[in-house]
Amino acid sequence: MSAHEAAIDTHEVGSTKLFAQVWFWLLLLTGIEVFLAYLRLHPSLMLTILVGLSLIKAALIVSYFMHLRFEHLGLFLLLIPATVFCICMMLIMFFPDSLRLIDLRPH
Amino acid sequence: MSHTETEGILTTPWSGGASPFAVNSKKLGMWLFLVSDSLTFSAVLVAYAYVRLSNPDWPRPFEIWPAIAKSTLMTLILLSSSLTMVLGVAAAHRGDRKKTVRYLMWTMIFGAAFVVIHATEWYTLITQEHVTPWSNPWGAPLFGGTFFGLTGLHMLHVTIGVAYLAVIAWGFGNGRFKSEDVEVSGLYWHFVDLVWMFIFPLVYLMSVNLKG
Repeated sequence: MSAHEAAIDTHEVGSTKLFAQVWFWLLLLTGIEVFLAYLRLHPSLMLTILVGLSLIKAALIVSYFMHLRFEHLGLFLLLIPATVFCICMMLIMFFPDSLRLIDLRPH
Repeated sequence: MSHTETEGILTTPWSGGASPFAVNSKKLGMWLFLVSDSLTFSAVLVAYAYVRLSNPDWPRPFEIWPAIAKSTLMTLILLSSSLTMVLGVAAAHRGDRKKTVRYLMWTMIFGAAFVVIHATEWYTLITQEHVTPWSNPWGAPLFGGTFFGLTGLHMLHVTIGVAYLAVIAWGFGNGRFKSEDVEVSGLYWHFVDLVWMFIFPLVYLMSVNLKG
């Protein structure tokens, strides 16, 4: 690679060690999720814990594997807040309705 | 306005002098596509979670062995494919074409393994358990529709991803594509991995059959 090319390609971020560590944490969180499946939890509690853990995994993937942590702050602000807002809007009817129905079930 | 003033404005990010997001257009395009795709998957997942919670007789057909073991293995495969992908992107930025292609090949092998294992699972569900999108032997008929819809949409993404990586590996190997093309394909691949991180717990772990 010429010196000129090297000057353009300064974008390299993260080391093999860092990526391996992220990979390990993702595996560990997956292991915890599988372990939780053995416990007999109430479906709504189970769903909350699983989605919480998955959000942590998603954040790890987006930050490190997709390099968003190393990008310009402007890109993060363009992409993430609006997406999170839209997903929250989808949940407006979710909690009152789905949880009411599950508690109405015959025990 | 003096000449130096004009120059000063043109070099600020929001005046057209430089990219405000400090990324190239391909990368920005891929990110915007992934935002719209994440809303598609979110809508399907929220709809699934809703019917899952509100149906008292939702089927729990996935026994620890083989269904959960298999889907856990699939998760491991997909996570490992993300690791080889990110190492491939790093190799591409270093300008190491041979290593990049090798990492991309591993990513494609993992992706193909994922699709094959998933397909065998579909085959078992359809031929032996007689699950269709509108009926199943266990309970709420919606189970089949949500399961095949969600996992099918994801499997389609993985399949397209493997083909996309094949094109990128071929083009980067012969010098046609640049390292930024590898990075953009990596964004897509990691997103497919990310979506599975929600499908696996919500579809499989929420429907574990502990009696088996």
